[in-house]
Amino acid sequence: MATAERLRLENIVKEYPGCRANDGVHLSVQAGEIHALLGENGAGKSTLMKIIYGVIQPDAGTLTWNGHPLTLQGPAHARELGIGMVFQHFSLFETLTVAENIALSLPAAQARDRSKLDTRIREVSEHYGMALDPRRFVNTLSIGERQRVEIVRCLIQDSSLLILDEPTSVLTPQEVQVLFRTLRQLSKEGCSILFISHKLQEVRDLCHRATVLRQGRVTGECNPGEITTDDIARMMVGNETPLSTQVDPSEPGELLLQTNNLNYQTRDPFGTSLQDICMSLRAGEIVGIAGVAGNGQDELLRALSGEAKVNNDSLQLSGMSIGDSGPAVRRKLGVAVVPEERLGRGAVPSMSLVDNSLLTAYGQGMISKGWVGLGKVRDYAGRVVEQFGVRAAGIDSAATSLSGGNLQKFIIGREALQQPKLLVASHPTWGVDVGSAVAIHEALVKLRDEGAAVLLISEDLDELFQLCGRMGAICAGKLSPLVPTSELSIEKLGQWMAGDFPTAATNTTTETKHAVA
Amino acid sequence: MLSLERRAVDSRAMQWASPLLALLLTVITGLFLFMALGKDPIEGLTFFFLIPLSDAQGWAELGLKMAPLLLCAAGLTICYRAKIWNIGAEGHFLMGSLWASAAALYLSEQTGFWVLPVVLLAGIIAGALWALLAGVLKTQFHCNEILTTIMLNYIALNLLLFAVHGPLKDPYGFGFPQSEMFAAAALLPKLIPDTRLHIGLLFALLAAVAVGVLFARTFIGFQLKVLGQDERAAAFAGFPAKRLTLLAFILAGGLAGLAGASEVTGPLGQLVPQVSPGYGYTAIIVVFLGRMQAVGIILAAALLALTFMGGEMLQIAMNMPKAITGLFQGLLLFYLLTCDAFIHYRIRFRRAPAASAGEA
Repeated sequence: MATAERLRLENIVKEYPGCRANDGVHLSVQAGEIHALLGENGAGKSTLMKIIYGVIQPDAGTLTWNGHPLTLQGPAHARELGIGMVFQHFSLFETLTVAENIALSLPAAQARDRSKLDTRIREVSEHYGMALDPRRFVNTLSIGERQRVEIVRCLIQDSSLLILDEPTSVLTPQEVQVLFRTLRQLSKEGCSILFISHKLQEVRDLCHRATVLRQGRVTGECNPGEITTDDIARMMVGNETPLSTQVDPSEPGELLLQTNNLNYQTRDPFGTSLQDICMSLRAGEIVGIAGVAGNGQDELLRALSGEAKVNNDSLQLSGMSIGDSGPAVRRKLGVAVVPEERLGRGAVPSMSLVDNSLLTAYGQGMISKGWVGLGKVRDYAGRVVEQFGVRAAGIDSAATSLSGGNLQKFIIGREALQQPKLLVASHPTWGVDVGSAVAIHEALVKLRDEGAAVLLISEDLDELFQLCGRMGAICAGKLSPLVPTSELSIEKLGQWMAGDFPTAATNTTTETKHAVA
Repeated sequence: MLSLERRAVDSRAMQWASPLLALLLTVITGLFLFMALGKDPIEGLTFFFLIPLSDAQGWAELGLKMAPLLLCAAGLTICYRAKIWNIGAEGHFLMGSLWASAAALYLSEQTGFWVLPVVLLAGIIAGALWALLAGVLKTQFHCNEILTTIMLNYIALNLLLFAVHGPLKDPYGFGFPQSEMFAAAALLPKLIPDTRLHIGLLFALLAAVAVGVLFARTFIGFQLKVLGQDERAAAFAGFPAKRLTLLAFILAGGLAGLAGASEVTGPLGQLVPQVSPGYGYTAIIVVFLGRMQAVGIILAAALLALTFMGGEMLQIAMNMPKAITGLFQGLLLFYLLTCDAFIHYRIRFRRAPAASAGEA
């Protein structure tokens, strides 16, 4: 059984207006194999996944399932055959229980007998070490547990191929280990797993084989355990792009930003309120905040940018209280912000790069007596595009027409050219190609070297460990101590991300101590 | 099988072709409409679109009707660019005409050159304040401006009716609900002698150009645009959303108020209950037909002004009902909105997916 070929794709072609998402892709997954599908954003991974799950039809090419060529009629057909998929964004109803959510995706006959289903859920979840209470409401579950619901839902339907789309991006390092144990056990029992990720170390730890995509083509197939992450990265990005930035340690200067028991009560029912955030940032340092998505990162960014106002004295920039001033005032004082959402907050999608420069850089002498100096704005946009290597048809192209990485380079460049004293960046390299990520990291380090304080909020631990002089974690709206990166192990950070850290009172003392040291 | 497919990029050509296509479809539908009513369709269209413009007097009348439409449309453009759906130009217009009339009647003994500016200013302020009311309701209490402005239109109409039946009624007017005629000092100068065309048209053209400049060159215009296209980006950039919203309402109200004031001090010379044949509502069509651009709304205002004249012409010459004007305007908006879909989408002919199921 172990050598039988479960899935085979040959010459898959899928074309969208203006781009060939898959261009003659071959993929072969054996029974019981954990197969990684690697590639940057836009390499064609999602398209290929959707083809395997029957969401879209390929324009050409054949799909062979357990030795039989076939055409998938849709996701229901794929599920019937035993193909299960766990999307990156869960499709669960928060107001329903675990069992109800699972019942929804089952054929009516199976869904009707609820007590039998409950037993089945318990059996399956315990068997794979992912304990789940079928009666619990999904909104009371952690992100990791919700992912289990999705996986169990597939397993209950006897999936023999499980597709996981970037499953670890929402998990703490500890949760990742639990997930990997489950996946290894599944693989031993003959279930094939298609694991989509761009975290190379994870792929090396877990996967038996890997297929690498670049610009819609397969650029390599390998055994990830046998080669280095750099080798894999080369296959993903090609030969021209540097793979990472060399970051030298920095010597922090004067105290720039200080928050004293900053509290922020969110009005969003799905938001996280900030509780007693205490931190200080010095000029010339990059400070990182790790955390699992949805633990108050966005609220913290809004509190720092001025989109959310807080108690005036709880936020101080160079000794000046700025808690209740708005974004425009803070910008004038030297605060620049790179929000998580590039389109629809960091940039206006339908507007040109010129207009999007004016959006936040209007303080750079572009306005005189209410009139916009068009020449100056165009000049500024041109400088951003040139200095930060933004690939665009021109400065008059709409923001939507840029790829994620290029738009992010543009936004970072727009903020950096304002020579801010403080830059707050949230997930700056999320969903960005390796080449752009390196450019973005370089821009952040350059800002630091020019004497700015950089606060980096990110879920990417590699990025944080690489760039930050000090770092901590945010969990449920509380901030851990921020300690020198050299003194912080990944295990400890993982505990902090799960909320296991000393409280605010001790936080201040720890921080003073380190600041002095 | 036909299907609508989203375009990768919005079609620029369609952006401008859409109004023309809508006009063509409206004319074609008009042909069938006349046939269904048992009238000669060619004759009907000729009376509707051509006869009104057959002499200089006709062109002057066109300018006369264009002025209030364009003033209201210029103001609404400011709101709609910021995605503030102000439907209240009619109300702003009525309040403008009401208070301009009040000022004109109060100053009827005066002869100074300052009388007319004061009268017009009264109309502008009244319109602006009336609009500001809806603005404050929106920014402070999150009331939907579509609902509040429509309701305020009816209140404004009833206030005007109250005024012409009560305090502003001409005591020697044989009980007719209308005011005294205004004194000469409160009347707008003529643009062309021996016609009814007055300088209100200049105000309107100036307003349209000013709105064009506002959005092309000024930071306030830019902020309004950002507010309309992406509220979160506006908040992120720190633009004062509430103040901008109020400003848009004030400008829209002021311009519509000026339109109302120009109407009573121009062709009418007094306040009457039917001061507006629906200029404030028709201006909405003008804005959309004119693509929210200065040149566009000027052309669209001319076209919609023609529908008022054509409608009157058909009533007189072919004995058709007054509703014909509204019908043509409605058709135009309907087709425009339909054609606008093709800015973002295109039609694709698709074959049904092959039904060759494989067995597993």
